[in-house]
Amino acid sequence: MDRIIGVFESNDLLVAFVVVGGLMAISVWLSKKLTRGWLHGSAIAIILGLALAYWGGWVTGGEHGLADIAIFSGLGLLGGAMLRDFAIVSTAYGVDLREIKRAGLVGVLSLVLGVLVSFAVGAAIAAAFGYTDAASMATIGAGAATYIVGPVTGTAVGASSEVIALSVAAGLVKSVVVMVGTPLIAPLIGLNNPKSAMVYGGLMGTTSGVAGGLAATDKRLVPYGAMTATFYTGVGCLLGPSLLYVVLRALVGG
Amino acid sequence: MVLYGVAALAVCLLSGALVGELLGAAVGVDANVGGVGFAMIMLVVVSDRLRRNGKLPEATEQGVLFWSAMYIPVVIAMASTQNVVKAIAGGPMAITAGLAALAVGAALVPVLSRIGEPAEPLPPLVEEEREV
Repeated sequence: MDRIIGVFESNDLLVAFVVVGGLMAISVWLSKKLTRGWLHGSAIAIILGLALAYWGGWVTGGEHGLADIAIFSGLGLLGGAMLRDFAIVSTAYGVDLREIKRAGLVGVLSLVLGVLVSFAVGAAIAAAFGYTDAASMATIGAGAATYIVGPVTGTAVGASSEVIALSVAAGLVKSVVVMVGTPLIAPLIGLNNPKSAMVYGGLMGTTSGVAGGLAATDKRLVPYGAMTATFYTGVGCLLGPSLLYVVLRALVGG
Repeated sequence: MVLYGVAALAVCLLSGALVGELLGAAVGVDANVGGVGFAMIMLVVVSDRLRRNGKLPEATEQGVLFWSAMYIPVVIAMASTQNVVKAIAGGPMAITAGLAALAVGAALVPVLSRIGEPAEPLPPLVEEEREV
């Protein structure tokens, strides 16, 4: 038995190909049978993936979902930042540069507004839940931007580790709900062209959320959304602990 | 050669990531600022120029298109490795904050999209394209 498991463990990337292939096949079938194609196969596959991630994390107590189970560790490589970014960049092949230039200014605007709005919303919710000091509000607000901006801001402004953990959780929730929610809200917000995809990427900013969400909506929109989203964390880390924190402290004191 | 396409793609991402890292250091931020975005622009500009000069053989193109087709499987693998337990363990506050950030951001999409020239929706996908 150990030898059989050993074969899977030493070929973990191949196991990942099989797992994802199987998930995709089930999802395409479910999409046709249950939703008559209304919900994309890839959207269902992402939801199934997240459910498996929950199960994996629950069973192992680890941080990497299903990849913490040794025979599925290849998913960590296949779905890790390196291959994710590699695949995202490749989708830009054949992108129309004119579309990007045309929406460039709106893209920048959406980035700044996206960080600002997430920060404000997150900080307001933190206050509603009783975290009324400027450092905690700023950290949770920054977490509502992305789960990287949260801890960067929290460390800079000296928030407690409990608050930093909450900010990471807020960012993770955002990335998960963007992944699942994008295909559902896309028709309502006119997310069907390169320009609105760039705006969406800038407003949401979570690269994994936008990358997953747009893939489940219309794969052709991915490069445009990812293009702006990739600047978001940087802008957030720049503004969060500095300008936004100072403004917030002036508003709420302490 | 197919490998040339894969290698070119890797060169784009690596140089983009370097630029993003340097930019991050320049503005004093502990994050990669737009590395993937720079890589994408580089790929678009370089491939456009090569194609116009007829120096982009089909085999090379296949090396890039393979990874483009692998995008959705990579995203599914990514979904299955998220820390969902921690996201949910964050409790009602984390969940409300994440949902509210999505809702407010999404509500702004139509507003911002109206700025500048109007954009045309992409043509509907044909069945073969869906299968990729």
